Amino acid sequence: MSSTAVPGPVGRPRGRRLPTFFARSSWQGFLFIAPAVVFLGLFVVWPLIYTITLSFADTNAKLKIVDWVGLDNYKTLFTDDKEFLDLDAFPPTGAFVNNLKWVVLYTTLSLGLGLLIAVLAARVRYESMIKAVVFIPMAISATAVAIIWKFVYDPDPDIGSLNALITLFGGEAKAWYGRADLVNYALIWAYVWASTGFAMVVLSAALKGISEEVIEAARTDGASEWDIFRRIQLPLLSLPISVVTVWLLINVIKVFDIIYVLTGGGPGGASEVIAFSMYDETFTNGEAGYGAAIAVVMLLLIIPIMAFNIRRFRSERVIT
Amino acid sequence: MATAEVTVQRPARTVSERMVGFLTKSPVHLTLILVAFIWLVPTVGLAITSVRVPADITGSSWWSSLLDWRYTLNNYDTVLSRANMDRSFVNSLIITIPSTLLPLTIASLAAYAFSWIRFPFRDTIFLMIVALMVVPIQMALVPLLRLFRDMGIANNYGGIWLAHTGFGLPLGIFLLRNFFITLPRDLIEAARVDGASNLKIFLRVVLPLSVPALASYAIFQFLWVWNDLLMALVFVQNSDLWPMTIRINQIQSQFGIEWHLLSAGAFLLMAVPLIVFFALQRYFVQGLLAGSVK
Repeated sequence: MSSTAVPGPVGRPRGRRLPTFFARSSWQGFLFIAPAVVFLGLFVVWPLIYTITLSFADTNAKLKIVDWVGLDNYKTLFTDDKEFLDLDAFPPTGAFVNNLKWVVLYTTLSLGLGLLIAVLAARVRYESMIKAVVFIPMAISATAVAIIWKFVYDPDPDIGSLNALITLFGGEAKAWYGRADLVNYALIWAYVWASTGFAMVVLSAALKGISEEVIEAARTDGASEWDIFRRIQLPLLSLPISVVTVWLLINVIKVFDIIYVLTGGGPGGASEVIAFSMYDETFTNGEAGYGAAIAVVMLLLIIPIMAFNIRRFRSERVIT
Repeated sequence: MATAEVTVQRPARTVSERMVGFLTKSPVHLTLILVAFIWLVPTVGLAITSVRVPADITGSSWWSSLLDWRYTLNNYDTVLSRANMDRSFVNSLIITIPSTLLPLTIASLAAYAFSWIRFPFRDTIFLMIVALMVVPIQMALVPLLRLFRDMGIANNYGGIWLAHTGFGLPLGIFLLRNFFITLPRDLIEAARVDGASNLKIFLRVVLPLSVPALASYAIFQFLWVWNDLLMALVFVQNSDLWPMTIRINQIQSQFGIEWHLLSAGAFLLMAVPLIVFFALQRYFVQGLLAGSVK
């Protein structure tokens, strides 16, 4: 690829004087990025710093700072807010714990199903049809996904498809999103349904990149289909799998819309997650400082993932 | 395919041979049929419900209506007129179009500089912008709301346009820069030798060659904004300006779970993304792949 020709300081010999072209056009470079820098500074970076400051403060209903409280918001959040984290209960409950469930189940299920469908679909003639069907939910909003699944989960077996299926086999209809013990799993599944298509498309594209000859050669040598998947395809998929995992993790830490529409955090707060608590504390309870502390917790959860992402981005550019 | 194989010199596969072939593959087929079922039935069920008579929806299941053909478009009429969905449809467009064009313009300008103009700290600045990609919007809700109130744009579309532009830029700059650097170097150098200014190279050489990348990002951002709920909840305070995502929630709380309204509303909300998706699927998938794999 000709993309090796990345202009810039990367390939410049150290200590040499900059070419005249560099000096002459450098102000133009700043001119071209100026609008972006202004927008990012004003609407992303400044708010980011402001929110971090806000997390050490108490605010009034107009979102204005009235008192500095140090780390109190964080202390309350992790020790004295049973809706956010209740370690006295067994098993522990609260929005933070719910979000951990989301992280584990949503990520593994979306990735696992995406991989399974990508691998299986590659072996049949109607591959593109299956892929389109699984991918469509990626285009529609979490709001629409929430309505679609609220309908599937409806407690009345004459309305909800899931309860209809269960009663057909002699089971009992359940209030999937009305019961504290089921609601999180119902929500997680709905979101897995919406995201599997993403994992599938990325992994399927990567699978297509693996040479047919290698796989045919293995087949002639008597390798089973499982061997081919386990020893040839899976190792070559490790980079796209990590890419998908990063995307899913960042997505799940920010999950909000689908919960807001399907359950509103209920029943009795049982389906709240971190982003939901942030919204609720800030805009329903008017506790902007407390909400800011929750937002900072979200950021702190995302930063390690971001660091990983940037490291990979850097190493990849060295390769290409 | 079977007929194609028959015409080749090889002996034709007998019916039983083909049966064996299918059966060894049958776990694959069965799994994929189950997958198709799980991914289609929820949407199809809601689609059928949206065209049923309201009294039928509560009286009998949607699948039983497949045998008892009695459909109507009245639900769409009701949700558009009685639940203000018509106004919200227009609002969604008014919110989405500038929130797509503004970041597209600003991001492509910046991406050009990051790929074809040399200036100090260029790669450092670029990396910092890429890092901003994962700042959750929650980190900006309160400060931006206060800022927009001070600027007097919390009660019109201004706030949400600016917020979406700011948060859409990092991905846009990243995607477009990655595309721009793959353009042939000779072409740009030749234009430069001919005395073309940076602006001219950007407008006449880089942009026309980058239509696929520009389209990918534009579609991605368009669907992102169209589908957004959280930012609209915070930055669109005036209920006359609500987009469809908020309006559907309003229908839930105002009328209770009225499936004839909710199902029709949900399909109106989905209509635009589905049209965009089917018409421009290639660009959409490309944008998605570029945004993640790279």
